[in-house]
Amino acid sequence: MNVNKNMPVNGKWAVEAQGLVKKFGSNYAVNGVNLNVRPGAIYGVLGPNGAGKTTTIKMLATLLRPDAGSAKIFGYDVVKEPQIVRQLIGVTGQYASVDESLTATENLVIFSRLLGLGRAEAKHKSAELLEEFGLTEAAKRPLKNFSGGMRRRLDLAASLIAQPPLIFLDEPTTGLDPRTRNQMWDTIRRLVKTGSTVLLTTQYLQEADELADRIAVIDRGRVVAEGTADELKASIGRSSLQLRIQESQDTELVRRTVEQVLRVHSAVSPEGAKITAPMADADKVTDLLIALRAAGIKLAEMSVQKPTLDEVFLTITGHGVKEDASEETDARKKMNEEVK
Amino acid sequence: MKNASITPVSERRLKNNTSLGQTFRNSLTMAYRGLLKIRRTPEQLFDVTLQPIIFTLMFTYIFGGAISGDVQSYLPVIIPGILVQTVITTSIVTGVQLREDMDKGVFDRFKSLPIARIAPLAGALLADTIRYTIATVLTFSMGYIMGYRPDGGLGNVILAALLVIVCSWAISWIFAFFGVIARTASSVQGISMLVLFPLTFLSNAFVPVKTMPSWLRWFADINPVSHLITAVRHLTNSGSFGWDFALTLIGAAVIVIVFAPLTVRAYMRRT
Repeated sequence: MNVNKNMPVNGKWAVEAQGLVKKFGSNYAVNGVNLNVRPGAIYGVLGPNGAGKTTTIKMLATLLRPDAGSAKIFGYDVVKEPQIVRQLIGVTGQYASVDESLTATENLVIFSRLLGLGRAEAKHKSAELLEEFGLTEAAKRPLKNFSGGMRRRLDLAASLIAQPPLIFLDEPTTGLDPRTRNQMWDTIRRLVKTGSTVLLTTQYLQEADELADRIAVIDRGRVVAEGTADELKASIGRSSLQLRIQESQDTELVRRTVEQVLRVHSAVSPEGAKITAPMADADKVTDLLIALRAAGIKLAEMSVQKPTLDEVFLTITGHGVKEDASEETDARKKMNEEVK
Repeated sequence: MKNASITPVSERRLKNNTSLGQTFRNSLTMAYRGLLKIRRTPEQLFDVTLQPIIFTLMFTYIFGGAISGDVQSYLPVIIPGILVQTVITTSIVTGVQLREDMDKGVFDRFKSLPIARIAPLAGALLADTIRYTIATVLTFSMGYIMGYRPDGGLGNVILAALLVIVCSWAISWIFAFFGVIARTASSVQGISMLVLFPLTFLSNAFVPVKTMPSWLRWFADINPVSHLITAVRHLTNSGSFGWDFALTLIGAAVIVIVFAPLTVRAYMRRT
């Protein structure tokens, strides 16, 4: 099966959201989000802080009631049939949603019991999950002494007790060190192999690129782009050609030559020695190099750069991820207050 | 993952409602969680252990001579009074702790689980009856040490203790409601004390109401706390059930019927 193709399986989507809206006061946290997630996929929702990722997940997970729009999980409406939806999902929040004052085992046993497992079954399941997540040694310790990574692992373990077909992971690796992050990625990949669908949010472009079959880029409460990582990258054009020249007074000449031969606009770095141009047709680069030699221009360096998701994001939203991070954080703070 | 694959959605048995049995089981599991938390942090039992001892000693010796002539004859009056006052005050802590608890991430998980919506609240309140039990036992024990010998007998004392615990559990729904709607734990404490202070003191807990001015007596007579105290006194001192006993139970039921749904609704609306 082609995972990259976004099609319903047996006529059903794992997640189907249409025009989701959530307002906190006068601030639209989510403003008309549409999502379609194929069963069995890892779907990434990518966006900066305050873009509405967590709010979207909370609505899909029945934790928040949408102000407008509708969402279905495997065909079940999140507003009308919330208790069914809850039987189909596991949620791992941005901040570990486990009990600080209890031990890892106690946490898992309580969640198991709540999910209807018997006493012995709950103990067995907890031990099994703790082993799987490498927490057996810490099983009897209170969570206060757990590291961030351990807490996240326990949190994910708790979401898997009922083996839900859909798992929401809200920024599963934010704040983790690179090694723990890689472990988390492996775990997520293994999850999907068992048949689960994973919807994860992330601020890290690399993470979405690495894990997700499809990505929705979300900004200011809206989905601004959707597709596979490759599609998104392709949407802003092809690779770019970067030339560094030895004599910076030749810059203008080089720029003109590039535009004549490749028939594209090029960009010049502030110090003038670097020229960047989109590379539509690799074959034409040969012509360019010959033309440059003919003009007597000496190159210092030449490279081809593939587009990154960072550039995708920049192009799509028209602003950088970091640029208005502070503004977004303010909006988010306000949002949190409103929620309270 | 060890288990090779998960059950497909189409093969799952799904229902959108929670049965009464499941509600009960979920609440018991949440109560178990509450008990584990108490066991992990026994220092939160300070109030229910020290308050009954100190208050019983203090009030008995301060008021005993003035009101009943001597301490011995004051005991049948003050022990039920102090019992009700202490245990009901303890139920404020339920609301405060619920507020603190709800601010933690784990409540998000409870909300995302297919469990009865009332369970996290009912469980917490149920677990706190252990606190009321401790306070009750200690107050009666202090009374016994000081020479209180209830004429109603042990059976009726136990019955009275159960009545106080059940009523405090009912009243704790009010504080749970404050706990759910308030922003901070300290404001829960504040509002609750404001409500409870007049209720416990403007009653027949410490003094006979006939010594009060008529307007105050009017309030003390209709005060539900007075009825509870009277019911406890009748049970412990003469082993009799009166109108107050029935009235108290009806009052407790009304509080639960009104405040339990209110609290659950407010809890569901919060995120």
